[in-house]
Amino acid sequence: MIAELGLAALWLAAALAGLQLAAGALSLRTEAGDDSDLGSVVRPAAVVQGILCVFAFTMLLWLFARTDLSVKLVAENSHSMKPMLFKVAAAWGNHEGSMLLWVTVMSIAGALIALIERRLPERTMRATLAAQAFVGLGFYAFLLFSSNPFERLNPPALEGLGLNPLLQDIGLAFHPPTLYFGYVGLSVAFSFAVGALLTREVTPAFARAMRPWVLGAWIFLTVGITAGSYWAYYELGWGGWWFWDPVENASLMPWLAATALLHSASVLAARDALRAWTIMLGVIAFSMSMIGTFLVRSGILTSVHAFAVDPERGTFILALLAIYIGGALLVFALRAGSVSEGQRFALVSREGALVVNNVMLSAILGVVLLGTLYPLLTEAMGVRVSVGPPYFDPVSAIFALPMLVVMAVGPLLRWRSDRLGRVRWQLAVIGTVALAAAVAVLLLAGAGLLPSLGLVFGAALLVASVLPLKGRSLRLLPLATWGMVVAHFGIAVALLGMASESAFNQEKLAAVNVGETTQVGPWKITLERVDPIAGPNWTALEGVMSARYDGGAPIVVTPQARTFWAPPQETTESALVTRWNGQLYAVIGKEAGQGRWQLRLWWKPFVPLIWLGGLLVALGGALALVGRVATDLRRRSAQRRIAERKADAAT
Amino acid sequence: MHQPKHQRLALVVIAVVVLIAASLIATWALRGEASLFYVPSQLVSDPPAPGRAVRLGGMVEQGSVVTRPDGVTIDFVVGDGKARVPVEYSGIVPDLFKEGSGVVADGRMQANGVFKADTLLAKHDENYVPRELQDMTAAQKQAVVEDTTK
Repeated sequence: MIAELGLAALWLAAALAGLQLAAGALSLRTEAGDDSDLGSVVRPAAVVQGILCVFAFTMLLWLFARTDLSVKLVAENSHSMKPMLFKVAAAWGNHEGSMLLWVTVMSIAGALIALIERRLPERTMRATLAAQAFVGLGFYAFLLFSSNPFERLNPPALEGLGLNPLLQDIGLAFHPPTLYFGYVGLSVAFSFAVGALLTREVTPAFARAMRPWVLGAWIFLTVGITAGSYWAYYELGWGGWWFWDPVENASLMPWLAATALLHSASVLAARDALRAWTIMLGVIAFSMSMIGTFLVRSGILTSVHAFAVDPERGTFILALLAIYIGGALLVFALRAGSVSEGQRFALVSREGALVVNNVMLSAILGVVLLGTLYPLLTEAMGVRVSVGPPYFDPVSAIFALPMLVVMAVGPLLRWRSDRLGRVRWQLAVIGTVALAAAVAVLLLAGAGLLPSLGLVFGAALLVASVLPLKGRSLRLLPLATWGMVVAHFGIAVALLGMASESAFNQEKLAAVNVGETTQVGPWKITLERVDPIAGPNWTALEGVMSARYDGGAPIVVTPQARTFWAPPQETTESALVTRWNGQLYAVIGKEAGQGRWQLRLWWKPFVPLIWLGGLLVALGGALALVGRVATDLRRRSAQRRIAERKADAAT
Repeated sequence: MHQPKHQRLALVVIAVVVLIAASLIATWALRGEASLFYVPSQLVSDPPAPGRAVRLGGMVEQGSVVTRPDGVTIDFVVGDGKARVPVEYSGIVPDLFKEGSGVVADGRMQANGVFKADTLLAKHDENYVPRELQDMTAAQKQAVVEDTTK
């Protein structure tokens, strides 16, 4: 019964999306402000649609919490013996459930827009909601016709197949939803872009209305990528933090596009320039999240962590992709010319720097996209290739390094027009830091070219990112400016972490007896014993080691090799010791004969900076979001007070 | 940059130039850096230059996995039913690496004809067959299994 209720709610929500699209589209023909027309149902339809989707998703959560094995999805992805948290997380740890989550989040976003957003002209608002319903309908069709999460199983299963043990991790339970919030946020930005294009209202007000959604999406993507990188680092046991895997690229590409969009929307909001470019980026950013979904879901590319592979679904997403992007580009081609061009600015100016940043981000996006799709292109010609770090690292660096320079200098420049001479002492500071870092790197020696460049640019950006604070009252500085400073600082921190790990990483691979001591970097590690232990749905061999840093007090380190039984599978649980200056990473392998155990140990100087930097970037985004929303609310209440006073004066 | 039109044009030109440069650099780099995928019979009939990064996919032959005295280096044979390639790997093998199942190895051929693997990919799924091997017909797969279980 619960499953049928969920399915019914989903059908109703889809029908409402259809109504929302039709009413929104038809109301475009009439003048705004006429409340008796069809357009007035658009906002209520969006709200009710959101409620229905939340209801449907709640039903799915309930089915998973009860482990209702008469539902196919539950039987295939859960198990009665699983801890409750992972039972619930299994609801979205699969294709159908994650698609339902996507639709649910998207409809909640639509409901929120319908309830809150009052800045835009009503016609644009309706066009935006219609565009959103259009995107939503595709996903509803996908769910209802090809991926029904509520499908029954007859006869019911006796026991579930369980959840992939790699996914039974607190980090991963929340990782896909985080990325999805990001993707959905970009779908909202896309709807805003299409809506504004349809009514030719590409204005600073439009940019201000769209910006919180882009910011929100960008924050979630940043957190998702950072968390995903850390998860791959400690869970896969390979000791790496970025593999340029298609699934990782699938989340990086929308992030790159969203980063560019964020900056160009800021120019549009503040200076009324880059109108068409902002719209274009809105379309591209959402396209990238669709392409990412397609790559992950279709299994068309070999990936270490692709799941839910199904060619039919891939085709469906590809068709959606073609319709959305094709449609949006068509509207863009028809309307872009009529979006008037906005304010002028000089190349040496804040806008100019932001344009350069946008172009560089787009170039990196193109490079990553080409590298990710290249295996597909060559396979069509009968040649199988894989593209990895030897391609991605240097080619993306070619465009990332100049972008870092612009990132350092841009925030120091004034809007409209400026001279580099005005900021010469800041440039001197940045240059001195870069020079000092270069000398230090040369003295340390041994680092490769890219890590060395990373250290030099990272150090310079670290200092440059706080320079805009100079001479300003820190207490009066707007939150959004703080956000920019913190985010740029975070990029520098992450860059230093990446470069340091690549340059100074030390590895030790050995088979050791119990009681034997081995060494990696400044660490001495003794294997004390190997214990068999048991968890709720796994057994494991746990290596108990004592690790001493530079002769200091011993720290107990316990990596495990786990064996799950539903489904039968082995996983590696690495053990980490975090110090201020880096991380010790330990993995235990198989028994190696003569009572020895395989150990793989790494000393990774300053590696935690990578994820600390990522979190700082997200924090910067959050500060900017809070600042922007607060400013909007203040402006709105001020406008209301003025309106009330006028009304009072009139009576 | 006096006319807004000129300025717009300049920006568009810069953007287009950079993006074209990006795609040229990318395509050029892809030719050099993309590692080709080989199954053992291709690797034997048309070997890549020693030292060139390639990816080898096939089935781990039954009974071929031998651990060296150092306890962390293994030697094994990857076959596709038609040809066999000796592989050497140092490290902790992935969880699903076992005899008779599929494996994809990133690495390079050495002058002595042994493939030195830097990374072994065995997908985290008990039913995993490398996607590159999925095109093999059922009969071919059967042949590989029989060939490797003899």
